[in-house]
Amino acid sequence: MIDKVVQNVDEAVRDIPDNVTIMFGGFVSAGSPTSLILALQRKGVRGITGIANNIGLGDRLDALCEKHQLKKMIASFAIRASGGRQSLFEQQFRAGEVELEVVPQGTLAERIRAAGAGIGGFYTPTGVGTPVEDGKERRTIDGRDYLFEQPLPADYALIKAWRADRMGNLIYRGGSRNFNVPMATAAGFVIAEVDEIVETGDLDPEHVVTPGIYVDRVVVGAHEQIRWFA
Amino acid sequence: MPIQGLTRDLIALRIARDLHDGMTVNLGLGLPTLVANFIGSDVQVIFQAENGILGYGGVLEEDFDQDFINAGGQPVSINPGASFFGSDASFAMIRGGHVDVSVLGGLQVSAKGDLANWLVPERGGGSIGGAMDLAVGARRLIVAMEHVTRTGEPRILRRCTYPLTAQRCVDLIVTDLAVIEVDENGLLLRETAPGVSAAEIQALTEAPLRLVPNLRPMSL
Repeated sequence: MIDKVVQNVDEAVRDIPDNVTIMFGGFVSAGSPTSLILALQRKGVRGITGIANNIGLGDRLDALCEKHQLKKMIASFAIRASGGRQSLFEQQFRAGEVELEVVPQGTLAERIRAAGAGIGGFYTPTGVGTPVEDGKERRTIDGRDYLFEQPLPADYALIKAWRADRMGNLIYRGGSRNFNVPMATAAGFVIAEVDEIVETGDLDPEHVVTPGIYVDRVVVGAHEQIRWFA
Repeated sequence: MPIQGLTRDLIALRIARDLHDGMTVNLGLGLPTLVANFIGSDVQVIFQAENGILGYGGVLEEDFDQDFINAGGQPVSINPGASFFGSDASFAMIRGGHVDVSVLGGLQVSAKGDLANWLVPERGGGSIGGAMDLAVGARRLIVAMEHVTRTGEPRILRRCTYPLTAQRCVDLIVTDLAVIEVDENGLLLRETAPGVSAAEIQALTEAPLRLVPNLRPMSL
């Protein structure tokens, strides 16, 4: 019988090597795999290229900056235009210790989706006439300008869901689907942190959002509450 | 004596007046978030949060639940009839033209309706978030911002000097001093803040403003 459950988060990340690309699901507090991130911090994986919607104040990803585990981040939200208190990531970015590629949020989501769906890229109107256009093909379709964007895959995805069964089928709660849903499809190896694991058959197939085919490991996390306002 | 403009709450209230029953609206971070506080109880506006919630309600001060947040990370209530979805579906909704109105903050707007709101070049880095997708995807874009910078420099310019969020995307600018519409010929001053003259507004606006014949103070 298929059983993807592992006993703890340290075991879940045990074989992630240095110098890999890792997706992190979540949108600020919602759906962030905080226990897996802390396990990655304990393991001391280095040279990580991270892909996430956001990094900075109030999210656990910033903890990976404490021991300089990040080489580069690809994110939509990392440095606040309005200024204010700086996250560790921002301090390291300004010191030239970590790279940052800022991607429009919808383009980030669609590039990840494309990678998971076997699509070789897509044309989007987002970013035309902005610095995002640099180095990209512009094409006019039915009188409107679009940019060609390429798929964005990763070696690993660390995601967070509400409940899983032993086969890795996942359901979510509220606004926690966000980047977890496309990321589950777009990485070579997918580890899901959940609040609760139920027996296979106990999730209604009508409710499953991420089918188990995408998920390699499932682990119960600490269900940490993070409070942060922009 | 410096010109007394609207408070942030009053800017939000003025924008709320433009949101009508049945509209789907996305509110950006900062000032735009306040707009939700001024929707009349007889008006049903459906708020879309790009993190994947359609139909959220007011900001909650207590009962914090991290799974139910708006795009600014604030805990929100969930209205009857709401739905949840992933970020890929959320932005398909936005780019696909299914959201009626986007309200975004602004750093600069040009005479052609270009918007710059994600990067102050001196500061570097920058955060695009969902702004570029919302600016090109929403059917109508309202920009909420202070009319001038902290040092008194105009933000409404002939041409933006900051990197753009999107070209020719802004439909309406609501500031502490004025309501300005963007049309194919440039900027049209529609309303003034109470006690502020059109001449005073033009003096603080680099781009030329045309005046509507029935120019009036904002009703608040």
